[in-house]
Amino acid sequence: MTTIKSTAAQMADALAAGSITSVELTQQHLDQIERVDSAVHAFLYVDKEGALEQANAVDVKRKQGDLLSPLAGVPLALKDVMAQKGIPTTCGSKMLEGWRPPYDATVVTKLKNAGVVILGKTNMDEFAMGSSTENSAYGPTHNPWDLTRIPGGSGGGSAAAIAAFEAPLAIGTDTGGSIRQPAAVTGTVGVKPTYGGVSRYGLIAFSSSLDQAGPCARTVLDAALLHEVIAGHDQRDSTSINAPVPQVVKAAKKLDVKGLKIGVVKELGGEGFQAGVLNRFHESLDALVEAGAEIVEVSCPTFDYALAAYYLIAPSECSSNLARFDSMRYGIRIGDDGSRSAEEVMNLTRHEGFGPEVKRRIILGTYALSSGYYDAYYGSAQKVRTLLMRDFSAAFQLADVLVSPTAPTTAFKIGQNDNDPLAMYLNDIATIPVNMAGIGGMSLPSGLADEDGLPAGFQIMSPAMKDDLMYQVGGTLEAALLSRWGAPLLSQAPVLAGK
Amino acid sequence: MAAISRDDVAHLAKLARIDMSDVELDHLAKEMDVILGAVARVQEVAGVDVPATSHPIPVNNVFREDVVKPSLTSQEALSGAPAQSEDRFKVPQILGEE
Amino acid sequence: MALSYDQAVEKYEPTLGLEVHVELNTKSKMFCSCATEFGASPNTQTCPVCLGMPGALPVVNGKAIESSILIGLALNCSVAPFSRFARKNYFYPDMPKNFQTSQYDEPICVNGYLDVEIDTDEGIKQFRVEIERVHMEEDTGKSLHVGGATGRIHGADYSLLDYNRAGIPLVEIVTKIVGGTGKYAPQVARAYVTELRDILRSLGVSDVKMEQGSMRCDVNLSLAPASSGTLGTRSETKNVNSLRSVERAVIGEVIRQSNRLDAGERIVQETRHFLEESGQTRPGRSKEQAEDYRYFPEPDLVPVVPDSAWIEQLRATLPEKPSTRRKRLQQAWSVPDKEMAAMVNAELLDVVEETISLGAEPTRARSWWLGEVSRLANEREVAATSLITSAQIAEVINLISNGELTDKLARQVVEGVIAGEGTPREVIDKRGLKVVSDDSALMVAIEAAITAQPDTAERVRGGNIPAAGALIGAVMKATGGQADAAKVRELLLKHLGQG
Ligand SMILES: [Mg+2]
Ligand SMILES: [Zn+2]
Repeated sequence: MTTIKSTAAQMADALAAGSITSVELTQQHLDQIERVDSAVHAFLYVDKEGALEQANAVDVKRKQGDLLSPLAGVPLALKDVMAQKGIPTTCGSKMLEGWRPPYDATVVTKLKNAGVVILGKTNMDEFAMGSSTENSAYGPTHNPWDLTRIPGGSGGGSAAAIAAFEAPLAIGTDTGGSIRQPAAVTGTVGVKPTYGGVSRYGLIAFSSSLDQAGPCARTVLDAALLHEVIAGHDQRDSTSINAPVPQVVKAAKKLDVKGLKIGVVKELGGEGFQAGVLNRFHESLDALVEAGAEIVEVSCPTFDYALAAYYLIAPSECSSNLARFDSMRYGIRIGDDGSRSAEEVMNLTRHEGFGPEVKRRIILGTYALSSGYYDAYYGSAQKVRTLLMRDFSAAFQLADVLVSPTAPTTAFKIGQNDNDPLAMYLNDIATIPVNMAGIGGMSLPSGLADEDGLPAGFQIMSPAMKDDLMYQVGGTLEAALLSRWGAPLLSQAPVLAGK
Repeated sequence: MAAISRDDVAHLAKLARIDMSDVELDHLAKEMDVILGAVARVQEVAGVDVPATSHPIPVNNVFREDVVKPSLTSQEALSGAPAQSEDRFKVPQILGEE
Repeated sequence: MALSYDQAVEKYEPTLGLEVHVELNTKSKMFCSCATEFGASPNTQTCPVCLGMPGALPVVNGKAIESSILIGLALNCSVAPFSRFARKNYFYPDMPKNFQTSQYDEPICVNGYLDVEIDTDEGIKQFRVEIERVHMEEDTGKSLHVGGATGRIHGADYSLLDYNRAGIPLVEIVTKIVGGTGKYAPQVARAYVTELRDILRSLGVSDVKMEQGSMRCDVNLSLAPASSGTLGTRSETKNVNSLRSVERAVIGEVIRQSNRLDAGERIVQETRHFLEESGQTRPGRSKEQAEDYRYFPEPDLVPVVPDSAWIEQLRATLPEKPSTRRKRLQQAWSVPDKEMAAMVNAELLDVVEETISLGAEPTRARSWWLGEVSRLANEREVAATSLITSAQIAEVINLISNGELTDKLARQVVEGVIAGEGTPREVIDKRGLKVVSDDSALMVAIEAAITAQPDTAERVRGGNIPAAGALIGAVMKATGGQADAAKVRELLLKHLGQG
C-alpha cells in the first residue's frame, strides 16, 4: 500500500499501476502538512487548490492513456527561492512579501511539464543566506528529529518537509551547501548537480557563479528521478551546459562500485568534526570497501582557504544581485510619504526589508568589490578558486569520486549560533569547495551520531558533468547501509504531531 | 589595528543604499572587523602568477538570435509594483542628474 | 575683460575627448527578446529580464556582438580575442537591476582611429582621431518627472518609469585624448562625430538619429597654457544632441574654461550639461565623492571569444568607407562641394546613386532629389525616399531628357505619383501631360500671339531679341504649359526673321 512514507519511486509505480490516484496521493500529503507543519514550519505557502488541480490533470491524462513522465502525479515541495507564476515567492524575506512572479522558473516549467504536483513553497534562510533556516523573515523551520534543533540551511524547509513526510521530493538550491547540509542534519538525500547542469533561470540569485538547484529526496534513486526531470540545457541561462544530462537514474540503480577509487579528502574530517559524525563516516567507508571500492587518501591543501574565499565571492555577488530590491518595481516600499526622495525610500526599504545576515553580507561584498580593496579581497578569492579547482583536478587523477562528512556536526540547537556568524559559517566547511569548483556533490545519511542520536551526512563529490558517479556510489552505499539498519534511517525519527 | 572603522561601514551602507542606525553601525563595524580578519587570509595563497577564476565551468560565446519574442503585457509588468500610474511605475521624486 | 574664443585659443591649447553612445538597431534587446521599437506604449516591451525581476537572467544578442565587431573593424580597431561583460554597480530608478551590464576592462574592440578632414586657413587638413575602445552595454529606462514648478527633476512630486528602452543595446565609442587641434578643436569634434555617424549609417547598425537619442555624444574638454605640454583638468559635457551642438559645446567650454583660468580659478572635474539655447554648459549635480562602481565580471554571462574566421567573415562585409565613397561619387558626378554636403546631410546619396544607375542624367538626378522631392518631403515632414522611388524619378528624368516632358510638366508628374495616381506613365496619361511638339500646332499659337501683340512682334523683327519673351510666354500660356519653351522660341524667332 502506498503511504506518505513510501519513496517517490514507489509512489510513481503505484500511480502508473493505478492503485492510487494523484489526487489521493496529493491529498494524503496535504493532510500530513495540516497535521505536522504547525510544528515543523517547513512551508511558507501551501497551494492546496493548485496542487489538487495539477494532480487531477495528471489523473485525467493517465486515464486517457497519455504518455506520462516517470514522476507524473508525485507531489513535491518547492524552495521559495524559485519563481512560480502567480504563487507568492518571498525568498524568506520581508522584502518580497506579497510578490507573485509573472513568470515561471525553468525548473518550475520542467516540473509542470513532467506532471509533478507542486504542493507549495518551503521556508529558507533569507535569500538563501544561512545554514540553519533561522534567518527566515517568517520564523525558523524545526528539525523533525528534534523540534528544538535547526534543520540546516538555507534549504531547511525543503529538507524538513521531506523528513517529516510532508512531501516525498523537494527542490533545493545550493550555493555553499544549502541542499547537502540540510540533507545531512535531517537524515535525507540532497544533491547539488554540476554547475550549469540545472537552469538557474527563475532561481532568485544569491551568488550567481555558485548557485545551483538540485533534488532533495529520501532515497538516492528518488533524487536521481527528480534530477533527470529538472536538468538539461536552457537557452535562458547562458551558464547552462549544452550537453546531454548524465544518466543518473541508471547510475543510482547500478548498486556496484567494484573497481571504483574513492578518495578521502585529508583536509575534511579532522579538527572541528564531531566524533559521532566521523564514526559514521568511517563505517560508511568500510561499507564501500566491502562493496568492492578502493579507498585512497587525497590531499587538497587549498581547501583550508575555501571558506574564506567563499565569504568574499558570495557576498560580493550578492551585494550586486540584491541591489534590485529597491522598492521601485516590486516588493515592499517603506516610507513613501510624498516628502521623501526615491533614494531615501530605497534606503528605508532596504533597512526594513533585509534581515541582519543579508545586510552583513551586502556590506561585506560592497567592501570586497570597492576600489582599493578589489584586488586584495575579491581578486584574491577568485585566485583561490583557481587553486581549489587545481586541487580537485589533481585529486580526481587519483580517485573517481571524493568523499567527506557533509557537515562537521549534527543539527545544533535553534539560537545556538545567533551571535557568532563565523561559527555559523563553519557548518559549510566541507560543502563549499564543491560550489567553488562547480562540480557535483551529494549528501546521504550515514547513520546517527553516537553522542546525540541525530543524523549525520556522507558527502560524495564527482567531477564536473560526471554526476552519475556520485549517484552510483551513493546508491551502492545507501543499499549497504539499509541492509545493515534493516529499515530506512527516517523510521527512527520521532513521530510528529502538530503543535 | 581595526581593518574597518565605523565610518567605513557607514560609507559602505550608503553605497549599498541601506539606512543604518548608529547602534547598527557600531555592531556591524565590530563584526566586519572579525569577519575580514578571517577572510583576509585568501591573500596568503593568491600569488601574482595565479589566474583568477570567475566561472567554475568554462563556456564561451553563448548568444541568442536577434528574434523578438512576446513581452509581458504592461499589466503583468506592473503587477507587483508598489505604485503605478499611466501604465508606468510610480516612484518617489528622483534626486540626481537630469 | 572676458576672453573671446579667438583670444582663448591663442592663450590655451584645447584637448578633446569624445564618447559617443549609439543605440544599435537590432530587432530585440541586448539581453532579452523584447522588441526595441521606438515610441511603443509604456512598459509593453518589457519582460522579467529587462525589468530586473528576481531570478531573471540575461542572454547576449548575437547580432549586437556582430554589429559591435563591425563598428570596431570600420574604425580600424583590433577585435579583442577575449572580452567580457562586467557589472557597473550604482543605484538609479531607471536602471532595473541597479547595475548596468557593460564592458569595463575587457572591451570587444580596442585601439583604432578615424581620419577626418576639416577646412583650415591653410586649406583642407587631415586629423587622425585615435579610438581607445568600442564597448557594449545596455540602455536605461526613461523617467517622466511629474509635478513641481519646473517640470524638471528638482521639485518634481514623483516620477513615472517606462522600461521599454531599458536593455536596448548600446555601443560606446571612446576616443583617446585628441590634442594638437589648436583653434580647430570645434571643427575636429564635429567632423569626427559626423564621420562616425556616416560610418555607422553605412554599416546599417544604427539609426544614428541624434534628435531621437539613438546617437548621443559626451564632449570632454580641457585646456592647458599654449605650448606648455601639460594637460589640464577636463569637464565632461553631456546632452550634446546634434552635430552643430558638438561644435558649439566645444566653443562654449573653451570660452568658459579659459575665462576661469584667466581669473586664476581652478577647473573642476565634473559633468556638465549642454544648453541648446545658449550654447553654454551648466554644472550637473555635484557628487560628494567620486562614484565607486565596484565593477566585477558579470557572472551570469560567459566570455565573448570571437575566432578569426568569424572576424574575417565580418570584415569581408564592410562597405566602402563613406569618405572614400563620397570622393568617388563627387568626382564621377562632378558635383560642387556645397551640393555634395547638402546631399550627404539630407541622406540622399544612396538614392541619387541608384537613380543615376538607372540611366538618369547625374545633374538632373541630384537636382530632382535635392530640390522638388525634398521640398515636398519637408512639407509633409517625411523622408524624401518614402515619397517616390528612384526608379520613378529615373523614368521622369529620362522622359525630360528625350523631350517628352518639360521640367514644369515633370513636376506635375512627380506630384501625381506622390499623390498615388500611379506610375509616371499613368499620371501622364490620366492628366494628359504631353509636350506639344507638333510644329503646326505651335505655329497656330505663335501667329495668334503675334496678332495679339503686333508692337512687340515689330520690335523683335527690328532686332530686339529679349522682347520675344512676352510672345513666348503667351504661347506657353495658350498651350497650357505643355509646349517645349525652347522649341517655341526657335520657331518664333525664325518666323520673325531672327532665326
Ligand atoms: Mg557607458
Ligand atoms: Zn525584456
